[in-house]
Amino acid sequence: MHPAFSVIFFTVGSGTGYGLLFLIGVFGGMGLLPVDPLFGLIAIGAGLVLVTLGLLSSTYHLGHRERALGALSQWRTSWLSREGIISMVTYGPTLLLLYVWFYIGETAVTFSLWAVLTAVMSALTVYCTAMIYRCLATIHQWHNSWTVPGYLVMGLAGGAVLLLAVLRLFSIAMETLPYCVSATVLLAWVVKVLYWRFIDTTGHQSTAETATGLGHLGKVRMLEGPHTEDNYLLTEMGYRVARKHAGKLRRYVQTIGFAVPIILTQASTDAAGTTAVTLSIIAACSFLLGAIIERWLFFAEAKHTVTLYYGAERV
Amino acid sequence: MTALPETTQKKLGLVIDLDICVGCHACAVNCKEWNTGGHMAPLTDHNPYGAKQRGVWFNRIHSFEVTPEDGRPGRTVHFPKSCLHCENAACVTVCPTGASFKRAEDGIVLVDESKCIGCKLCSWACPYGAREYDEDAGVMKKCTLCIDRIYNENMDEVDRVPACVSTCPANARHYGDFADPVSEVSKMTKERGGYDLMPEMGYKPTNKYLPPRAARNSAENSDWPTELEASPGADQPLLRWVDKFLSR
Repeated sequence: MHPAFSVIFFTVGSGTGYGLLFLIGVFGGMGLLPVDPLFGLIAIGAGLVLVTLGLLSSTYHLGHRERALGALSQWRTSWLSREGIISMVTYGPTLLLLYVWFYIGETAVTFSLWAVLTAVMSALTVYCTAMIYRCLATIHQWHNSWTVPGYLVMGLAGGAVLLLAVLRLFSIAMETLPYCVSATVLLAWVVKVLYWRFIDTTGHQSTAETATGLGHLGKVRMLEGPHTEDNYLLTEMGYRVARKHAGKLRRYVQTIGFAVPIILTQASTDAAGTTAVTLSIIAACSFLLGAIIERWLFFAEAKHTVTLYYGAERV
Repeated sequence: MTALPETTQKKLGLVIDLDICVGCHACAVNCKEWNTGGHMAPLTDHNPYGAKQRGVWFNRIHSFEVTPEDGRPGRTVHFPKSCLHCENAACVTVCPTGASFKRAEDGIVLVDESKCIGCKLCSWACPYGAREYDEDAGVMKKCTLCIDRIYNENMDEVDRVPACVSTCPANARHYGDFADPVSEVSKMTKERGGYDLMPEMGYKPTNKYLPPRAARNSAENSDWPTELEASPGADQPLLRWVDKFLSR
């Protein structure tokens, strides 16, 4: 599948943003975060900026951006529509949480309510994003039970490294948090490795034989395409540029996205002051870069059944 | 609304006879010709006379080579493919705007261009590659089963069939109602063992494909020579002598 940069930026940006908002909601609701107005503004603000930029980016590849609000209408059947609605609804509790955090503090009666709702709605939005891909039976690499955990855990890990960086900026020490952050990134690592193993060892049930229905006559091979040049189907669904570099790119994801953030996070526990802040910020940037490569691979390694009509024997 | 109708009164669609199709591309050309002025007009082309031309087509003809596993000669099958107007059309249910819909009255899957945001998700959901994105108009387009012909009262009744069907010189394409068990297409499908493409996907396509008939080189004709004789037989003494002489 063609990896549109707007969609990669959208899923990574909003996924990380919602991961951060989720953790702020959970830890804030449990009373583990300092109810410092400025901290609330920066942390929740960072989450909202990431989410908003991601959502705006997702409209970039549309043919008619001015009609984008129409995409909120078909929630009965469409995961894309559901995601749009839930992402909009999530702004409610998140902005209210920001308001009480900034102006009132945790004495506010509704503080925990908005915190919990922010966490729940953030998780739900990422779930819906993942389901847009998970529900496509045409693509084996997406239509499997690893897609949703992959999106959730990548969002969570991104949120965790960012939260640690913001906490360090405010010199707030949370003894066990760095270990939790490393554990979350490690979990993302495990899930992605298992996902890659899954797509390497399994394939779509459809073949060139079932696509043409000619399997009973023998082995089917494309003799002649419908035309000599590319078409929309091939550039959108037959994209294969990154696939030959998949091994290398997977190693980059594992080093830049997982190993480096874990090492830097652990190193930052022994460091102090600006060094700890710097290490945490580099860890967060490194994770995000790795996440972008991971998301690019998620698209580039996805094979669509339509390519069975264009020479692919399996997908 | 992108919810699929539970049932449709009619199931209009095509039968494509893979035994007869000669791969002449006339159906694709006439489809382009009609539809670039029809309901989903235009079928935009980019750089049509240059080196890297690309454009919107609702119908494409692939050619496959099928080789039997036992080493008998293979055969070429020309394979036209357009929208199959599926009963379980996921291209409709994934649509976030309601631009994609399946009509309850005749089962035709259509796009309302005025609602389409061009997110392309429907083309991802279609296993068969029936959806075509028009980069110029920024909307998705697709085969309409020529609704502007089949219901067109200004045309003679004989012409009220999709453009691809009307033009096929080999009569390999047939149009009709699959909900009617005695329609020509229903009978043809039953008699010839018409089948679905990728039935395992569960999309329940309306269009049916008729398999190529048994060929002369099939199991029923086992006397078909598998290779040419290397040396002349006893009935050709002169050639035999020449062969022997030259083989020395």
